[in-house]
Amino acid sequence: MANDTMTSVATLMRDSQKEILADWVDQQLKDPARTQAVPESSLRASSNEFLSIFQEAIQKGNLDNMAAPEWEGARKMLSELSASRALQGSTPSETASFIFSLKEPLFALINKQLGAGNIASSEAIVRYSKVLDQLGLYTFESFQKSREAVIRRQQKDMLEMSTPVIKLWEGVVAVPLIGTLDSARTQIVMENLLQAIVDTNSKVAILDITGVPTVDTQTAQHLIKTVSATRLMGADCIVSGIRPQIAQTIVHLGIDIQDITTKALMSDAIREAMERTGWSVIRNTSQES
Amino acid sequence: MVERIPILKIGETLLVTIQVDFHDRVALALQEDLTDKIVTHSSKGVLIDISSLEMVDSFMGRVLGNIAKTSRLLDCHTVLVGMQPAIAITMTELGISLQGISTALTAEDGMELLKALMSKKQKRVSHGRQIARK
Repeated sequence: MANDTMTSVATLMRDSQKEILADWVDQQLKDPARTQAVPESSLRASSNEFLSIFQEAIQKGNLDNMAAPEWEGARKMLSELSASRALQGSTPSETASFIFSLKEPLFALINKQLGAGNIASSEAIVRYSKVLDQLGLYTFESFQKSREAVIRRQQKDMLEMSTPVIKLWEGVVAVPLIGTLDSARTQIVMENLLQAIVDTNSKVAILDITGVPTVDTQTAQHLIKTVSATRLMGADCIVSGIRPQIAQTIVHLGIDIQDITTKALMSDAIREAMERTGWSVIRNTSQES
Repeated sequence: MVERIPILKIGETLLVTIQVDFHDRVALALQEDLTDKIVTHSSKGVLIDISSLEMVDSFMGRVLGNIAKTSRLLDCHTVLVGMQPAIAITMTELGISLQGISTALTAEDGMELLKALMSKKQKRVSHGRQIARK
């Protein structure tokens, strides 16, 4: 395959960039998979940008290896594009068809230049098809990567958000648990709680499970672990917020929660914690009116 | 010669501060020494400070448990103080809950707890005497 046909395609692309662009954008707008996530103006701008980068890259003649430095610019642009589209909420197929829809206008151009149906044009089409496939896959991969990054960040945010340790009173800390208690979260809760006990020099810790939807044997196991770790540190642990259904489930499952102090309500737990630390709350009746 | 952890006698209590690398032989030596000291000084309480302990394994957990049990037999309370969060997590993961051993956050709290434990027993003794006198 002569490289001059390739460069001639590149030259041709540069000469008729406007027509290809119009054709390509038209293709993308017609695409039934298109959502309204990306406005037409930005679609046109990114298509135009990509065409310039693309024809610059094929002019250099390396059509086999998309990882080569000649394609650096194209790769960078595509990964930025798919990252921004992932955040905007485009569908995966919409993002991938950004590249795939370039095939039709490009092949029409090749056919026009080299003549439809002859060996040279079909060879050129096969080659360019390969190039575009690779770029399309690259786009898709970057799209996936940025989506995964978003998910990971959200997971991390959720973990941090869902395990606050609150200092309730001098010597009393509390952790309101919200959401399912799995081993990864238990680990984080435990670390945060134990560190808070050391930092605040607390004698009593309250674990409130009002926000835990279900308690099974594993969740109970995690709770017992947390309680025994606080005990080892020299603090007492009270589990509160046990809803009636949860109490029944615990009994039905035959979970032995050993000698953990449990309370139905957070307020009961606070009262108990105050008592244990030697505080008492007295209502001042003279100020009541 | 095995490195030995010093045991300080303060009144009726013994104070042990683990500041060196607490490996197996040191742990066993401590268990032996402590049992001897409890008997010779007829101590009523032991305070073990592990705030500078940064690593623990199942063997050390067992030794600490054994120390508590032996002192219990000799009518002596054991209070473990200053456990690091990481150590506490490791211990629970290893399944060592140190049942029967009292814990406190700081040496000060531990001393108070030990005094409370010891005075409770003395009260019970004096109460018993009163009944006997009647």
